[in-house]
Amino acid sequence: MIALLRRDLMLAFRAGGGFGLGLAFFLIVTVLVPFSVGPQSDLLATIAPGVLWLGALLACLLSLDRLLALDFEDGTLDLLATAPLPLEAALSVKALSHWLTTGLPLVLAAPLLGVMLNLAPSGYLWLVASLGLGTPALSAIGAFGAALTVGIKRGGLLMSLLVLPLYVPTLIFGAETARRGAMGLDATTPLILLAGITFGTIALMPFASAAVLRMTLR
Amino acid sequence: MSLWEYANPVKFLGLSARVQPFVWGGAGLCLAVGLLWGFFATPDDYRQGSTVKIIYLHVPAALMAINAWFMMLVASLIWLIRRHHVSALAAKAAAPVGILMTVIALITGAIWGQPMWGTWWAWDPRLTSFLILFLFYLGYIALWEAVEDPDTAADLTAVLCLVGSVFAVLSRYAVKFWNQGLHQGTSVPLATGGRTVSDVFFYPLLISMIGFGLLFLALVLYRTGTEIRLRRARALLARSERGA
Repeated sequence: MIALLRRDLMLAFRAGGGFGLGLAFFLIVTVLVPFSVGPQSDLLATIAPGVLWLGALLACLLSLDRLLALDFEDGTLDLLATAPLPLEAALSVKALSHWLTTGLPLVLAAPLLGVMLNLAPSGYLWLVASLGLGTPALSAIGAFGAALTVGIKRGGLLMSLLVLPLYVPTLIFGAETARRGAMGLDATTPLILLAGITFGTIALMPFASAAVLRMTLR
Repeated sequence: MSLWEYANPVKFLGLSARVQPFVWGGAGLCLAVGLLWGFFATPDDYRQGSTVKIIYLHVPAALMAINAWFMMLVASLIWLIRRHHVSALAAKAAAPVGILMTVIALITGAIWGQPMWGTWWAWDPRLTSFLILFLFYLGYIALWEAVEDPDTAADLTAVLCLVGSVFAVLSRYAVKFWNQGLHQGTSVPLATGGRTVSDVFFYPLLISMIGFGLLFLALVLYRTGTEIRLRRARALLARSERGA
């Protein structure tokens, strides 16, 4: 498992691995928001938590097609499916490496972008906490979407259609945590619900992902 | 004699052909009685005026939109566990009917909401849940279209239906948490057995709900038959090509 994780991380960090693309996308989306809604700082402060959450979600979504597609093309997935390591574990590792290369940088970059969007001072801690807790769920659910569409040619758009409705509960609780935090309200309730979703998806989604991947590879 | 005998496509088609005239007839009768009674023979509501009459379309459609997804869930489970092709095809056949019901519920709701709430759309939990249900239907249908191998398509969509059901329920409660509602409570609360609409409106509503249910059943039977025949025709074509 550790070898697989190291391999995935190495492939992502080396040239052409696409590391940082998600981060760059996140940055650009955030920069475009003031252009589209206007530069009034109070308006930006109101929408900042939601915009940052939506940007992080889209950045996660866009990097999903790299999660399995390349391994599917060169046959690595077939080897993984026949390896002694359970496919569920392999997919958990893949989701983890996706989170380490996409989700974690987003969490770290979010406070900086929060400054640009004039986020209220009380909101930073909650923003980072909610993103840190929520993005693993995005990766785990995304791995399911990637497994579902990996056998389909040009399945990227379809994957968005399938994955985005599944992201709704995570987004609601995550953005609600960040929003309440920014307004200075108590945000522990949505944060706990978000944690519930995250741990639930991390525990259960690999089974669904492995099941659909076996169906595709059969 | 067991229910599973009808997993055989020939038996299923036979039964479906025998039952369908009655189902279609019953659906037509119930819808005609329920809607005509509802539209022309019930009084106007003293506050909502005649707009109340959209309930005879809106509530049954919303009911069937959810039940259709539930039926797809059961059919998907049967396919995953017992591998009956008819079941997978029935789930496939139900999806477009279900999405149609969802759209009817959303549109009639908007038409009613404009004069009553003063807005076509509000981010109310019920409305939002239905929009999310609509998206789930859309993804489900798109996945059926995208996968070429029919058995793989049936497998993948079945798992999507299971996972989607869990997330649809999660979303339902998440949006309740997220925003307070504008939508009134349910008209026919099954749990308590009571009702929140007056008898004058209730009986035509009940008849149109039965009518929508029968209409759904008739459409699904018809569409499942079409799918079975389509697959049979494809198999015959493939066989004759191999022979030639």
